[in-house]
Amino acid sequence: MLETIGVTSINDLLVDIPQSLRLESLQLPLGLSEFETMAQVTALAGRNKVYPDRLTFRGGGVYRRFIPAAVMAVTSKPEFYTAYTPYQAEASQGTLQAIFEYQTLIAELTGMDVSNASLYDGATAVAEAAMMAHVHTGRDEVLVAGYLHPEYIQVLRAFGEGRGIKVRKGDQPNKKTAAVIFQQPDFLGLLVDAPGLARAAHDAGALAIACVDPISLAILAAPGEYGADIAVGEGQQLGLSPSLGGPHVGFIACKRDLVRKLPGRLVGTAHDAQGRRGFVLALAAREQHIRREKATSNICTNHSLCALAAAVYLTYMGPYGLRQVAEVSFKRAHNLAERLAALPGWELAFPERQFVNEFPVRVPKSSPVVKKLARKGILGGLDVSRWFRELKGVLTFTCTEVNDARALDELVAALQS
Amino acid sequence: MTEPLSFELSRPAVDPPRLPEADVAGPSPADLLPREMLRSRPPGLPRLSEPEIMRHYSRLASLNYSISENFYPLGSCTMKYNPVLNELAAALPGFAGLHPYQDEETIQGALELMWRLEHALCAVVGVDRVTLQPAAGAHGEWTALRMIAAFHHSRDEKRTEVLVPDSAHGTNPASAALSGFRVVEVRSGADGRISLADLESKLSPQTAALMLTNPNTLGLFEREILDIAEMVHATGALLYYDGANLNAFMGICRPGDMGFDAVHMNLHKTFTTPHGGGGPGAGPVGVKSDLVPFLPTPTVERSNGHLTLDHKRPQSIGRVRSFYGNFGMLVRAYTYILAMGGDGLSQASQDAVLSANYLRKLVEGDLDMPHEGPCMHEFVASAHHLSSEHGVRALDVAKALLDRQFYAPTVYFPLVVSEAIMVEPTETESKATLDSFAGAIKEIVAQAKTDPQGLHAEPKSTPVGRLDEVAAARKINAYLTGQSEDPILRWRAPSETA
Repeated sequence: MLETIGVTSINDLLVDIPQSLRLESLQLPLGLSEFETMAQVTALAGRNKVYPDRLTFRGGGVYRRFIPAAVMAVTSKPEFYTAYTPYQAEASQGTLQAIFEYQTLIAELTGMDVSNASLYDGATAVAEAAMMAHVHTGRDEVLVAGYLHPEYIQVLRAFGEGRGIKVRKGDQPNKKTAAVIFQQPDFLGLLVDAPGLARAAHDAGALAIACVDPISLAILAAPGEYGADIAVGEGQQLGLSPSLGGPHVGFIACKRDLVRKLPGRLVGTAHDAQGRRGFVLALAAREQHIRREKATSNICTNHSLCALAAAVYLTYMGPYGLRQVAEVSFKRAHNLAERLAALPGWELAFPERQFVNEFPVRVPKSSPVVKKLARKGILGGLDVSRWFRELKGVLTFTCTEVNDARALDELVAALQS
Repeated sequence: MTEPLSFELSRPAVDPPRLPEADVAGPSPADLLPREMLRSRPPGLPRLSEPEIMRHYSRLASLNYSISENFYPLGSCTMKYNPVLNELAAALPGFAGLHPYQDEETIQGALELMWRLEHALCAVVGVDRVTLQPAAGAHGEWTALRMIAAFHHSRDEKRTEVLVPDSAHGTNPASAALSGFRVVEVRSGADGRISLADLESKLSPQTAALMLTNPNTLGLFEREILDIAEMVHATGALLYYDGANLNAFMGICRPGDMGFDAVHMNLHKTFTTPHGGGGPGAGPVGVKSDLVPFLPTPTVERSNGHLTLDHKRPQSIGRVRSFYGNFGMLVRAYTYILAMGGDGLSQASQDAVLSANYLRKLVEGDLDMPHEGPCMHEFVASAHHLSSEHGVRALDVAKALLDRQFYAPTVYFPLVVSEAIMVEPTETESKATLDSFAGAIKEIVAQAKTDPQGLHAEPKSTPVGRLDEVAAARKINAYLTGQSEDPILRWRAPSETA
């Protein structure tokens, strides 16, 4: 190859690099065989404690759910996971159609007109939605009502700073408010008055942004039903493992009049000369590779493979499977809440509020409770006072279809011991 | 060959999958929640059996080109082989099964992996610390620019402009704008490199940073990088490195030594985590000591072999993503680095440069080469003459390659070259593959001279022919109704299509 090029060594190809910059070698260990590599990586994995699904009662934005085998079987197909962003549509119809199906599934689930091809996570989805509202209304303040996930608020603040968007807490929008953002159910698991918040936003000329739990939408009113303008959320529960928090997938869906302001990729249909239907990246004129500094967002890709997992998951479940998952979780969580509230000194933190499958309880001393459960191999409640000082002594517990009846008994027994 | 949508395959007779029953006493949603809180009708999800689902997605998979089956010389994207070992590593229950809110004591192995990865990346690019939080390259760019803004702010300096070369990736100006900066373009000279005269005239006390990739998007090393760094630093601005082209020089040189203050890396390019059809990726950012106080939270700290997450960093730009970044991708990248070692990474870059120069040589008689070689890991050719003399454009060449079982190079980028065809072969392709690709280019160029119309009609072997993307981009009004030939962005059940 060197001979064809007409040089004698690879160094002859590197002549443009100033000699003073050239390295002798990298300060890294030498390479390993596959066997040795895997042994080292496995040893690191072995230094972590993995709690069984059924004994995990901690949520806070990432949940243990049953993942159908079909999900992994599809996402581990190399034709999907080793493909690139579908720039050449004719050679990427598999990815494009799968994303188109994902968009439709998310739109159906949220009751919105259109979804994009996905974003990085729930937190950045909230931030991107706030940006849409800022651009749409020309206003530069967003209002966070109630307990939005604290990390989503932090990301929203970091995004907002660069874009001149102020983040304020409260539920009284005014003429400066671009959007009211609320989470349904909220970070503690409690249901909020979503229709009321959406109305208040609209009365002030602001947009309503609903951050929703996708599984709960099998039983709860969809954002589209109560008039939200943008629905966002974290899609981890749709077939993705916890994996220390990522990679997961953010979803964002909106009403049709906002579609031009949606960030990121969007797949639409098109036809070839023979009239066959195909799929392409649509409305690319919004995007950074065309609009550069005038783009709606700098996002260049999406989380395609995670969106594919979500699509397989939702297709596997169908409307009634998803409802079963949501109802089983609801019933178990309410069973558990009643039993935890009956423990000496324990009470529901907000007894007047409704919840779905995650709920806050007030306990005499939170730290010993969590430690005690850990000793029994149970990942217990989440101490939310680390983010919200007013919630001292409050733990949230979550229950899904993977926490079987015996697991609930084991949890309660561990707390009674 | 096309595949119906899952919605079109749906049959109402399909039973839902068998799922756990509650097995405990408890209320149903309808027992407790007021009717207006409940969903009025089930979501319109399709109903398919598992065998139908598996066949549907297997057929969709077969419609894709991918690294596992095809040469993918997509310039600027570093489509190299994704080792299968990475996938096994990320799927280990000791990683995939971790909840982000477990106690630090129970995730020491995961934190150790992040710490080691951070320091390996520091060694490769020559910086002091790295944040692993950003989920993608563009996210990393934005994170770095927020740190640069915070740096100037901490020194009570108001710097409002970011300089971006005209050959830069589109994400550069977009990220700068979203970080609150005004974008000022710097022109390239005739040799394809940044014009120092133009840079000089654009630098001012307003300049916060210059964003640069080196080698640049033309695959050319900015020979005067040390002078550029000096000019930028002399005005008090910082130098930002776009890591898209890092695959060109691992073990050969380092952006940190060139004078870059902040460097983003794409783990999905250089460090072989799969592209996944467009993500998830990971875009860590490395910084020199001046910028360390501004790193996003949390950082991973190590003391006496004990690892902790540091959330209390008073000057930090804050949190850029939930939890700890795309951890599963970090596992894959670490596995790759471990297997390759310092020696393997250096070899990879040298081979990438060799492949690019070899392929460039093979096709230089067929396509225009607007710039002098040698190139680094990629080169930009042009179909300028093919277009003006035979009406065969870069897009036609791209589509014709699809018919020859190659994915197409990046076309029409960078913007500074007309009819650009940007080719990045990577180190994981054999000489035989490069030879056959060059043969395909030769064949297409020959056909352009005798039968240009035939090329306009390609691709013919793909599941669909050329799609009318212009219509998909423009006609928007009917985009949801599905009533007309206009593009639609989601499927709607026929009964809803009123």
